[in-house]
Amino acid sequence: MNFRTDSRQFKRINRRELLKLSPVLALGAFAIPKLQKPLLKTGLAFSDWASARLFGSGHLARTFDDSELTPFARFPINGYDVDDPGVDFDNWTLTVSGAVQKPGDYTLAQIQTLPKFRQNTRHVCIEGWDVIGRFGGARLADFLQMIGADPAARFITVQCADDYYESLDMATARHPQSLLCYEMYDQPLTREHGAPLRLNIPTKIGYKQAKYLTDLKVSHVLEKAGYWEDQGYSEFYGL
Amino acid sequence: MSTQIAAITNVKTGVIDEAVYEHPFIVRLCHWVNALALLVMVFSGLQIFRAFPSFGAKIPQKDLLHWPKAYALGGWLGGGLQWHLTFMWIYIGTGLLYLNYEIFSRNYKQVLFMPRDIRGVWPMVHHYFFFGPKPYVREAYNPLQKLAYTSAIVLGILSVLTGLAIWKPVQFSWLAWLMGGFRWARLWHFAVMWAILAFLFGHLVMVVLHGWNNFVSMLTGWKKDPEYL
Repeated sequence: MNFRTDSRQFKRINRRELLKLSPVLALGAFAIPKLQKPLLKTGLAFSDWASARLFGSGHLARTFDDSELTPFARFPINGYDVDDPGVDFDNWTLTVSGAVQKPGDYTLAQIQTLPKFRQNTRHVCIEGWDVIGRFGGARLADFLQMIGADPAARFITVQCADDYYESLDMATARHPQSLLCYEMYDQPLTREHGAPLRLNIPTKIGYKQAKYLTDLKVSHVLEKAGYWEDQGYSEFYGL
Repeated sequence: MSTQIAAITNVKTGVIDEAVYEHPFIVRLCHWVNALALLVMVFSGLQIFRAFPSFGAKIPQKDLLHWPKAYALGGWLGGGLQWHLTFMWIYIGTGLLYLNYEIFSRNYKQVLFMPRDIRGVWPMVHHYFFFGPKPYVREAYNPLQKLAYTSAIVLGILSVLTGLAIWKPVQFSWLAWLMGGFRWARLWHFAVMWAILAFLFGHLVMVVLHGWNNFVSMLTGWKKDPEYL
């Protein structure tokens, strides 16, 4: 289509077309210190919302052959505080509370009465490295049944002997590969790897694999997302 | 696809100039928003990379390169991830809007590199890099330009797919598998970024070489005195 115009009119057309681009300036909101934090928090929350939707409750994480395992000595020990918080194994219990029918203290022997599952799965750190480890333990879903967790509850939070704390959404907690882990490489957990009980959640990022568990709470609302979440990491971070 | 052409009479001199409406509004909007999002993705991505600047094992760790903190966005890994996981939606959103627009408006004919463009590539390379004669230009983009833009679009799509494979290696395990596994997907994601930066470098050099009228066309849509009219 051709048309005739004059230079004055053409300037006006150009100015109007340029002004139509002004919505681009809205991105400048990210440069305003006061707005930056809430905007990024919203962006992260949106990513978490999308992540929860992408999560397939029946979708299994890939498992590996024994030959693909990272040697135990090369499985990183990532304590946020101390590698060994000095747990007293003789008197250790997992204290269960919240929306459950049978709250109270559970011993390791009680947890070990549940069927044991072993899996070679990938552990992915938020930093970007990954290792393939062998984990053994009881399904978290079975334990939730044992303690009579409210089926309508939405979250699980755990406390650790080193003051670390973490949370899981219920869909992930009930995933068949989510373990209350008490063995690595077919040996009882070592202190550095979270003895006597840790989480092994192959569908979650590394910082969700809490070690040295002491308390487990079932809840309808998320009170404390986790130590790293409080520093600014994603609350959901499903893989 | 009908291109708008304007004949502009200069009110002072009476000289008639011509201008072509090269870039529709959606294209310009997506171009600038995506450009900003791309910069955020690159510098927040480099912040994330700093946390583990390697593509091998954690123990023992062999670092590929140390990227200076001053040239990374977010202050620390968590901050970098917040920027990355926020702007990826803007990056993907403008990318999808652009692709849909190009397809449904049939504007892609202006950009998409087709087999018939192949024979026009060498003359342009010859002209740009070896001072060969300037080939005759009939349309908005020459064959080399089309090749560059089409490559950039492909790289953009690859940046999203490789990113998805390392963000969700379990849910999109097939993607990670296609890329040779989680570590390879990470490496591809990194390599695609450098490829995009290489395109960006060439793009900016060309923008400088082609002058003001060409630059303005991406702001207002109108290119004055295009050489192909």
